[in-house]
Amino acid sequence: MSLRSPLGRVLGFGAAHDGVRHWWLQRLTSIALVPLTVWFVVSLLALPSFGYGTLTAWMSQSWTALLLILLVLTAAWHSQLGVRVVVEDYVHGAGARTLTLVLIGFAHVLLAAAGVFAVLKVAFGGAR
Amino acid sequence: MPTRPLSPHLSVYRMSRYTLATSIANRFTGLALSAGLLLLVYWLMAVAGGAGSYARAARVLALPLAKLVYGALIVAFSYHLIAGLRHLVWDTGHALERAQSQRSAWLVVTVSLVLMLVIAWRVWLAGAHAP
Repeated sequence: MSLRSPLGRVLGFGAAHDGVRHWWLQRLTSIALVPLTVWFVVSLLALPSFGYGTLTAWMSQSWTALLLILLVLTAAWHSQLGVRVVVEDYVHGAGARTLTLVLIGFAHVLLAAAGVFAVLKVAFGGAR
Repeated sequence: MPTRPLSPHLSVYRMSRYTLATSIANRFTGLALSAGLLLLVYWLMAVAGGAGSYARAARVLALPLAKLVYGALIVAFSYHLIAGLRHLVWDTGHALERAQSQRSAWLVVTVSLVLMLVIAWRVWLAGAHAP
């Protein structure tokens, strides 16, 4: 029994070596999210209040802003990879699936961009 | 249909209850955290919008329904973090034997429950001291 698909046999290209990309990125982002999310939860719990002044002062610190940006970017990336698999498993029909994946991709890019923008705006003193 | 084996080979597995439960729980908590990301960005954007916009968002974020969401997110974060660590150990090729995975499933449930309680306790403490 050949393990190659008919299309693969006709094209004769062999593996594109791209199959592990999704898997690998999901692992990389998950490893990065361990310290980032733990830092975020611990920092939130350590805040004296959730008042506006306290939050802007906290977000204006360089390390806070940097880590928040990394958190938003990595979480959005990891989330997109995860939701993608769920959609691929449960949304059937090529059209519906492709459309859902495109929308989910756009939504995650929007979330990542909005998160980074918000943190930078506060960190650079643009929010008042 | 090609005759070669295709993934996922669901039919060759006998899914015992704990494998099914821990796997689907990881997926559901992951989806919940994706919703949490939406909430995080909403919160960050509210702060970036200035004091007025933050005051409006703070009223929404203080609703009783929001507290239910925070509770769900604490559960989701605790479970997904610990279950994710279990997956990372598996990815190195270790602890895949049935007895080991059965043991680690219970370990994940226990440790994530402890983590949930610790976070919930700290949140409750913070709430009790809030002005």
